[in-house]
Amino acid sequence: MSTVAVPHSPVPNSQSPELERGLRMYRRMLMIRLFEEQVNDLYTRALMPGLAHLYIGEEAVAVGVCEALTREDYITSTHRGHGHCIAKGAALDRMFAELLGKEAGYCKGKGGSMHIADPDTGNLGANAIVGGSAGIATGAAFAAKRLGNGRVCVCFFGEGALGQGVLYEVMNMAALWKLPVIYLCENNLYNEYTHYSDTTAGDILTRARGFGLPAESVDGQDARAVYAAAKQAVDHARQGAGPAFLLANTYRFHGHHVGDVSRDYYRSKQEEQRWKAERDPLKVLEDWLAEQGVPPANFDSMRAEVQTEVDQAVQFAIAAPYPAADKVDQDVYA
Amino acid sequence: MPETASMIKEATREITLGEAVREALAEEMRRDPRVLVMGEDVAEAGTAFKVLNGLVNEFGPERVLDTPISEAGFTGIAVGAAMTGLRPVVDIMFGDFIGLTMDQMVNQAAKVHYMSGGKWKVPMVMRATLGATRRSAAQHSQSLHAWMCHVPGLKVVLPSTPYDAKGLLKSAIRDDNPVVFFEDKMMFRMKGPVPTEEYTIPLGAADIKRAGDDITIVATSSMVQVALGAAKLLEEYEISAEVIDPRTLWPLDEKTLIESARKTSRVIVVDEGYGRYGATSELASVIAEGAFFDLEAPVKRMGAMHVPIPFSPPLEDATVPTEKAVFEAAKALLGK
Repeated sequence: MSTVAVPHSPVPNSQSPELERGLRMYRRMLMIRLFEEQVNDLYTRALMPGLAHLYIGEEAVAVGVCEALTREDYITSTHRGHGHCIAKGAALDRMFAELLGKEAGYCKGKGGSMHIADPDTGNLGANAIVGGSAGIATGAAFAAKRLGNGRVCVCFFGEGALGQGVLYEVMNMAALWKLPVIYLCENNLYNEYTHYSDTTAGDILTRARGFGLPAESVDGQDARAVYAAAKQAVDHARQGAGPAFLLANTYRFHGHHVGDVSRDYYRSKQEEQRWKAERDPLKVLEDWLAEQGVPPANFDSMRAEVQTEVDQAVQFAIAAPYPAADKVDQDVYA
Repeated sequence: MPETASMIKEATREITLGEAVREALAEEMRRDPRVLVMGEDVAEAGTAFKVLNGLVNEFGPERVLDTPISEAGFTGIAVGAAMTGLRPVVDIMFGDFIGLTMDQMVNQAAKVHYMSGGKWKVPMVMRATLGATRRSAAQHSQSLHAWMCHVPGLKVVLPSTPYDAKGLLKSAIRDDNPVVFFEDKMMFRMKGPVPTEEYTIPLGAADIKRAGDDITIVATSSMVQVALGAAKLLEEYEISAEVIDPRTLWPLDEKTLIESARKTSRVIVVDEGYGRYGATSELASVIAEGAFFDLEAPVKRMGAMHVPIPFSPPLEDATVPTEKAVFEAAKALLGK
């Protein structure tokens, strides 16, 4: 059971590593985008139980960051976590299967959309408590340092988690003990249905700098910029220089969850349109790739290939069986 | 058959419960380099109760790690470290502070294994204290172990003797699940026989601390001593009390409790946690369901009074079950 192998699109000219990276990131971002569009479709057709928090609009953050990681490195994710999991290498068929509560899913259907975890790709788990994974991520970095295995951990969280005290407790310890952890704040502007400026006093980066962490902000719609910033933080951490804080400025194109369709009371349609038209991370990277000479047809074929992969993955998940009822009390204890 | 103090071989000395805890930690740290201790003032200070005195000298500050006063933070770090290759033992100075760690324990540690479909494990131990009558008032005196028992995914251990403390803590450290280990502050200096040779006690095995025929007293942690004291008082009335210590509230050795209840037909359950919705309620229900047709009387529950623990000594003393109170309750159950 793995992702259906799809041949990669023909690539233009001789490839610079930078161009190769750009194409790789583009393809991965496209996987997230098309996966999430499929999730939206499944949900609105009432095929998917529960909640779905779409990552559309923020793809460049997860992909840019994970491009700077090895498969063995760790991540922790959030309730809006599909993008992080895919960026870290999750297979789409097992992702969909988990979202549908099927036995073939990453967590045998016991976790669902908000709890995908996968040791094979270093995914310590998506976490549906806001800020809930800050301790786990810092602990993984703690163990990596103690065991000397050279791994780093990226703790993805939204700007809503800036309101959780435990984040500052663990940042303090990460700084004291020089742990290889990167606190990656995705500021998509909204704590659920509330603009972050209504919940967040002072300057975000100053909070991290108060603990002595190097902290900077990056354009979260630009995968190349995210990668460059993440690479620097990851290298810094891997060399033993300790934690870092990155603030990725981004935007949630959809609502807080799929059911959040009437959003006028907290943000305007014009604002959404402006981000979609001017700051779509796929478009930003596509423009750069085009400048490098990637012909338009290549984007079309890549999209078709990824769409096929998504279609096959979702068909796999729909056809897959639910767990037998007697599995309900398995895995409570190791 | 559960191991009991009566099975202890000759090479035995008397040590305190605190020393037994320290020995268990030291032995496990020698055996397994992944084991480490972290918490507030655990290193040079050896904890506020001096239970870990000297541990840092053998294992160094990297493995006996002083943390900031951030219970939620270092508990969360322990969860992540446990998932990725270490076996942390976190020290929560006063059990009252587990309130600060609840998200890490309840929503993270307890659920990681299940939510991941069994892929990630959290082999960690949280050591915490319980127990009143230390004149420490409402925020340093509670016995909150029932909170942890309520959550699937956690195991909960309450030793009542130095022997049990050592054997159970070693098993807790070797367990692949998050285990919460509650030590009664008033028992750290209590001495008891502990063999010099290595042993472990499995989690989930109750111990019959005293055999008897007329009434069963199920007791936990320091209430075992209270129950044994009451049993002695009952002897004078020719009442033979059996005292059973579940030792672990989860997993729970229901069989031993029910068998004793069926034999004696009268049961008192004594625990220092709050009585209402507490450990005594669960134990009494298990016994009532399992031994209903053999019981001559309703199972009697005795827990802490439903009040914040007061400071003033006579008030505080009134909140917890005593030998005398258990003795009187037993007599009443037997109609004597």
